[in-house]
Amino acid sequence: MVAHAEAHLDHHGDHPPEPHYSSRISPSILGMYLFIGSEIMLFGSFFTAYFFVRVVNGVAWPTPPFHLPVYVAFINTCILVTSSFTMHWALQSVKRGNVWGLRAGLLLTFLMGLTFLITQVTEYLRIGFNTSDGAFPTIFFCLTGLHGCHVFVGLTILLFMTIRAFRGHFSPEHHHGVEIGGIYWHFVDVMWILVYLTVYII
Amino acid sequence: MARNPFRSENEMFRFLGVIIVGAVLVAVGAWINVWVGVAVAIVAVAGVVWWLMQEPVPGAADPGTRLESATPAGMHRVLVVAPPGAAAPSVPDAATEVVVIVPALASTTEALTGAVDDRRADAEQTALSLTRALSRDGRSVRGEVGADDPVLAVEDALRTFGADEVVVAGDDETADKIRERVAIPVRRA
Repeated sequence: MVAHAEAHLDHHGDHPPEPHYSSRISPSILGMYLFIGSEIMLFGSFFTAYFFVRVVNGVAWPTPPFHLPVYVAFINTCILVTSSFTMHWALQSVKRGNVWGLRAGLLLTFLMGLTFLITQVTEYLRIGFNTSDGAFPTIFFCLTGLHGCHVFVGLTILLFMTIRAFRGHFSPEHHHGVEIGGIYWHFVDVMWILVYLTVYII
Repeated sequence: MARNPFRSENEMFRFLGVIIVGAVLVAVGAWINVWVGVAVAIVAVAGVVWWLMQEPVPGAADPGTRLESATPAGMHRVLVVAPPGAAAPSVPDAATEVVVIVPALASTTEALTGAVDDRRADAEQTALSLTRALSRDGRSVRGEVGADDPVLAVEDALRTFGADEVVVAGDDETADKIRERVAIPVRRA
């Protein structure tokens, strides 16, 4: 055991050895795969219900006399897509040491995300149908509502990121919090594009 | 192996750009006819999957770092890796300490379902018999069950057992793979 300890110190010096994982995949990548897998299953179950109702049961989409607010949703889509660009700008700014670019980018992203969510809630109130009106409204509210929940989570993350940015927590060397939040925000954006295409366009 | 678009914000932003382009194509198709939109969506999804599959994975082509190993002066340590059921390999007489690693070689189905108990039992049995066969006065011998891949099992063992050489009681292919990963002499018994 003493010999082992000596060999260990000879090899690694006065610092602990690098962690070794007896697996072919690193924990961070595995965690991300599990996250993607769980999201695919979550959204997948709702999309399955959508296709079942629309294709298998042949329910008219939208069921007359209801109408979907396609153009308002298009404006909302543009807002959300633009917020991804400001998010990307924020991260590029902090990498170049531009702190005010980071702060402005995060603040704009947060405000656009908030605008998206408020517009969606307003549309819910004015849309003229409810979940009790049949399969079409149920699936509509489930899919867009599920995405809305993701936007809410993203906004919470963005709020903390923005506060931390204004407190000077991020630097060109240390901005992992912005990186992870950015990945999530783009993911929310990608999911909305899929929801918008399937629910409003096709 | 597909490129993971969630690897970084930059990658995710690029992925978003591809999705936006695909969405515009689907919207144009749906504007012509719903079924055209569906067809474009199917082609777009296939295109994105193909793109991710053929994109080079960052770092995948880089040669891995070969594992270094060291022992205290006056000792000669040997790491033996042997498949279940293997006969005792020849170990140098100068060896003062020997660790025998027997990988629990499970099939893909067994590994995925966790039904590896029998394989581990086989490996334990071999480790025990090889430990007995290689023991002699003045030499410490220990047997362990390793990971389900011989190369990974050797890497795991060298993290805690500094060795001067590796003796492989297996085929040439396994020995070559281990040689690519470690910076100490590897000999096939």
